Amino acid sequence: MAGIVGWGSYIPKYRIKAETIAEVQNADAAAIKAGLGLTEKSVPGKDEDTATISVHAARDALARAGIDRKQIGSVYVGSESHPYAVKPTASIVGEALDIGNAYMAVDTEFACKAGSATIQINAGLVDSGMIKYGLSIGADTSQAEPGNALEYSAAAGGAAFIVGPNSESVATLDYTCSFTSDTPDFWRRAMQAYPSHAGRFTGEPAYFKHVSSATDMILKKSGAKITDFKYVVFHMPNGKFPLRMAKQFGATKEQIEAGLVVTKIGNTYSGSSILGLASVLDVAKPGDKILVTSYGSGSGSDAFIFTATKKITEAQKKARKVNDYIARKEYITYPQYLKHMEGIHQ
Amino acid sequence: MFRESPIIRWRNYSDRYKLRGYKCTKCSATYFEYKGMCPCGNLDFTEIDFSGRGKIAAFTQIHGGPEAFENKTPYCVAVIDLVEGARIEAQVMDCKYEDLKIGTEVEAVFRKFYSSGEKGVIHYGTKFVPKF
Repeated sequence: MAGIVGWGSYIPKYRIKAETIAEVQNADAAAIKAGLGLTEKSVPGKDEDTATISVHAARDALARAGIDRKQIGSVYVGSESHPYAVKPTASIVGEALDIGNAYMAVDTEFACKAGSATIQINAGLVDSGMIKYGLSIGADTSQAEPGNALEYSAAAGGAAFIVGPNSESVATLDYTCSFTSDTPDFWRRAMQAYPSHAGRFTGEPAYFKHVSSATDMILKKSGAKITDFKYVVFHMPNGKFPLRMAKQFGATKEQIEAGLVVTKIGNTYSGSSILGLASVLDVAKPGDKILVTSYGSGSGSDAFIFTATKKITEAQKKARKVNDYIARKEYITYPQYLKHMEGIHQ
Repeated sequence: MFRESPIIRWRNYSDRYKLRGYKCTKCSATYFEYKGMCPCGNLDFTEIDFSGRGKIAAFTQIHGGPEAFENKTPYCVAVIDLVEGARIEAQVMDCKYEDLKIGTEVEAVFRKFYSSGEKGVIHYGTKFVPKF
């Protein structure tokens, strides 16, 4: 199968603490932090959106891949905060990356798994011989209605992957599969500024059912055991759900920790599980096996098994790591947060 | 006033999106904007893709910006000497005015410039941030 030839990530500099939001919303910050398992979230700069985050991450992915950018045959950008309702983010990204014009492009949307789905699409295209390299991106500047529980977790960030031939890969894609059903746990109707969700229904019949089913499916398909993996990444809508999933499958803290970025930056939606993957690729050693299961409301999960190759060590040095972006931060106040999210000047 | 037509910006995507400039074929001087003639007297140029790395040569802070940038105020604008030699004027983001100095190393980033009103096109291009 195809594999990942290069990867990149991006997280905006700005952060808002749960305490800062809770003070405005007259909520109990300690209870919220304990309930969600996170303490702060990333916030986009006033001039950042899904397109700019995508370009930033993709430039790092290209730096790591070291390929002729004109050989990229597809650009797919997954997000639920595309800057336009009609006009693709993917063509903005393609133009900014200077990859020429001979590429397929489309934006995808499937809540938080719109990015992981593009890895599957590109892997299929590479394996079929239709393209040599494909660019897969998941990025979001996710929206949350002020006062809603999502306000504490809806964050900004993204990751990009150059999918290409197995022989050139820093991590080979060994298996992938998906589990999908029509489950109305979270949605945003046309022309609505903020998403709605079904409260506790987003847990058991939604996240947990789909993540565990896709993970079960790929373990069965591959014959692998959870102990075979050096790293395990489950989608991170908050800091608690992936830990519960890890416990269910018997994954240890050591397996989960490297990819558990949500506790430091919040849920970057389409960027979430794949930022976890990028974070793992930042530190993986040749031979390490990686299990990733994304989740997108509505609902579906994509599961992947990767194996790091000997090319990964050199590639890790060629661009910034997820932890570099996590470490770069500036806290902002709630009024500044509203301005960053264009809540005042609209 | 916002430009309603996206065409003028679209014509500049090469230099705004990719930081593409010009290099004199005789003295190798580099320019971001096209020049008809190099001070050395040469009329021929080749295109050059700048690395995006540079140092601040001069800077200021804008408190009352044009309509397109009024929700970004205060913001910093700098004259930047790119490592390839060309000089460019650009916004410097993700920093405070007090953080900047002449000689501060910066790097190019792809950012949103402004939107042509609520219905218009969103314009993107190159800005800079302090190197981190």
